[in-house]
Amino acid sequence: MDNLGTIGTTEEQIELMDVATNFCRDKSPVDKVRALIDDDLGYDPGIWKEIGELGWLAIAIPEAHDGVGLSMAEVVPIAEQMGRNLMSTPFGSTTLAAQALLAGGSEAQQAAWLPKIAAGAAATLALREDNGDWDLSNIDATGSVSGDNVSLSGKKQLVLWADSAELIIASVKIDGAVRFALIERSTLPEGSLRRETVIDETARSYEVTLDGVTIPADALFDAGRTRETLEKIELAAGLIHAAEMTGGAQAVIDYTLEYLKTRKQFGKIIGSYQALKHPTVNNYVEYEKARTHLYSAAHSWGEQGRGEVAVRMAAAQSHSSYSTAADRAIQFHGGFGFTHDCDAQLHRRKAILSGALIGDAAYQRSKLANLLFD
Amino acid sequence: MADKPSAAELKDYAEQADAWFKENTVRDPGFMLPLTFMEVSTDEQFDFLRDWQRKVYEAGYLGASWPKEYGGGGLHSEFQRVATRAMKKYDAPIMLNAIGNGWAGPLILDLGTEEQKQKYIKPMLSAEDIWCQGFSEPENGSDLGNAQLKAVRDGDEYVLNGSKIWTSLGDRAKYMILLARTDFDAPNKYAGLSFFLNPMKIDGITTSRIKKLTGEYGFVQTFFTDARISADCLFGGEGNGWSMAMKTLEYERGAKVKPVGGFFVKELDVMEIVELAKNSVRNGKPLLDDPVMRDKMTQYMIDIQALNLNNTRRRMPQLMQDKPMGLPLMNKLARTELIRELTEFSLAFQGSKAGYYVGDENAVDDGYWHRSYLNSFSATIGGGTSEIQRNIVAEHALGLPKTR
Repeated sequence: MDNLGTIGTTEEQIELMDVATNFCRDKSPVDKVRALIDDDLGYDPGIWKEIGELGWLAIAIPEAHDGVGLSMAEVVPIAEQMGRNLMSTPFGSTTLAAQALLAGGSEAQQAAWLPKIAAGAAATLALREDNGDWDLSNIDATGSVSGDNVSLSGKKQLVLWADSAELIIASVKIDGAVRFALIERSTLPEGSLRRETVIDETARSYEVTLDGVTIPADALFDAGRTRETLEKIELAAGLIHAAEMTGGAQAVIDYTLEYLKTRKQFGKIIGSYQALKHPTVNNYVEYEKARTHLYSAAHSWGEQGRGEVAVRMAAAQSHSSYSTAADRAIQFHGGFGFTHDCDAQLHRRKAILSGALIGDAAYQRSKLANLLFD
Repeated sequence: MADKPSAAELKDYAEQADAWFKENTVRDPGFMLPLTFMEVSTDEQFDFLRDWQRKVYEAGYLGASWPKEYGGGGLHSEFQRVATRAMKKYDAPIMLNAIGNGWAGPLILDLGTEEQKQKYIKPMLSAEDIWCQGFSEPENGSDLGNAQLKAVRDGDEYVLNGSKIWTSLGDRAKYMILLARTDFDAPNKYAGLSFFLNPMKIDGITTSRIKKLTGEYGFVQTFFTDARISADCLFGGEGNGWSMAMKTLEYERGAKVKPVGGFFVKELDVMEIVELAKNSVRNGKPLLDDPVMRDKMTQYMIDIQALNLNNTRRRMPQLMQDKPMGLPLMNKLARTELIRELTEFSLAFQGSKAGYYVGDENAVDDGYWHRSYLNSFSATIGGGTSEIQRNIVAEHALGLPKTR
């Protein structure tokens, strides 16, 4: 089939994989992850600063805007290790905002924001609404242009890390067409952000009320580039979440293996029972498929057609693999698995939020089917 | 090994191989071709595939990277990869002598004496000498280490008594790689085993064909009754049979590869299945408009693409650091189970016509899908069942304790 890609790596990817593996393991031990659950901010600002200094936010930004000039392919190994270590920061949302700017922003908008992001400023996207639809063009928030200003109204949901973001890129409809609006968070009226209770306790998410928010007309993306911006956002989000979920699947399988190797029942190490061993192998096989698709998607990033097929395959496979591995991890830990203390639930919850944000495995497959069969 | 070829050399070679297979591949000889070496049932299938393998060998596309002094092409293994790719591209029939070329050959090249290499390798490549494998026994399938076929030393000979089963090509083979028990008093079951390169066409060895669930033949049971073979047939030293068998299985299960070229099990062509699905109707509409069927088909596409890319990923050490034996050991399990599921799924596309079988004029694609599904079990059972494969992955890739 013509639009199926292949797999490959770049030297930079491998280098970043090594650095990220050590960094995320060292900086995000699970007791720290758990301590941050009760923290308002939800991440360690010192580590966020280090991430900025490592240049990780600049990776997929062109050199002309003070970036490194690589692509999302090189972001993948970092996001993978973050997911593996449950390291929550605004890294994903900021990377996606930069990709949105690259797809739809004017030269001036890019010049104003990309260097800031490359240097470590957090940003986020405000796309979701109350209808719960994964179709990013099905929205009700609006903008109305009068003179040089645009008045926004409506609500956006599941806006990750909005309290930390300097820039929020929101989708609204203007004259019936989807447009993207650049909102400086500092200009939001008091009370526009409501912290949401999301299932993944390691994440921070906000509902953003746009009523009463006015932006200058030159803070809108070009009307002619909405479609490619939507596509780019979907694929970048699919790829980055696939990376996090693949890393998470690896972690939850390893966590379960440790338990299966040490826990005894009926006088035997439980990992010697085929009833536990065989489904664990099945989960592991599904994880390896996910990782293969992930690096195939990274390799095909930006290619017409096969790039989208590869990303959706990675997103579908990683979501189903992560969900199942974490679900079984809870079961295989027995009574302990049912407690908040068992790390399996951290992963199970994270997989649900990831699927909620980008579309679950079945949704990804439905989009894939159109690409493969029609 | 020969020097790594330049891109230009490989490109030239690929063009030659493409042209050769385009010109010489017969896809439809007028009878149904086996999808795997385990299904060779009729004389016409056997003769056709034997001729085909010899032709490919003589053209230089089989054993291209095996040593020249034993009949190989002496080229770098990259050339063989290119040639095999050309075979797949032109949908070439499988290579018949799988056990010889895939398992016995690499073993002999790795561990055999000079004399053994001179004697066995070339006729194996040319399909003059067909090989079979005597590991499983009627009472010991998955418990390979418990093999009971007796080999008793008598002067310069061993005397063989017992039986082997599921011997693919056993009634046509000239040699068998044979696992037998030479010592019944050894400290453990594994230590009493020895490995032989056993001649089949001798007194005391008989075979009887086994009719498979498909209605075809392809396997035999082999009986040894006071069969006498020369002590020179012993391979790897007396008492080393288990270690030789395990090395053989590394090739058989795809954990280790010494690419002879060609392929022994025809890969499922995804597009054929997509075509089948596209031509099927449900409620008066194309089957692929049915959301459930569409979703399942898409998941299979994801699975197939993952397994195909795993083969490439296996050769990329930078993506194999975490559990380096994982992909090699899971390959057989994942691939054979997928083929079983997918061929079963293909029956669902056929609606009421799923009721027909090979031989009926109303059967879809002459019953190819039914036959493929029923035959798919040969691979999920043979070479260690999927359940055994899961134990192997669990114990050797994931470090879980042994199941006893």
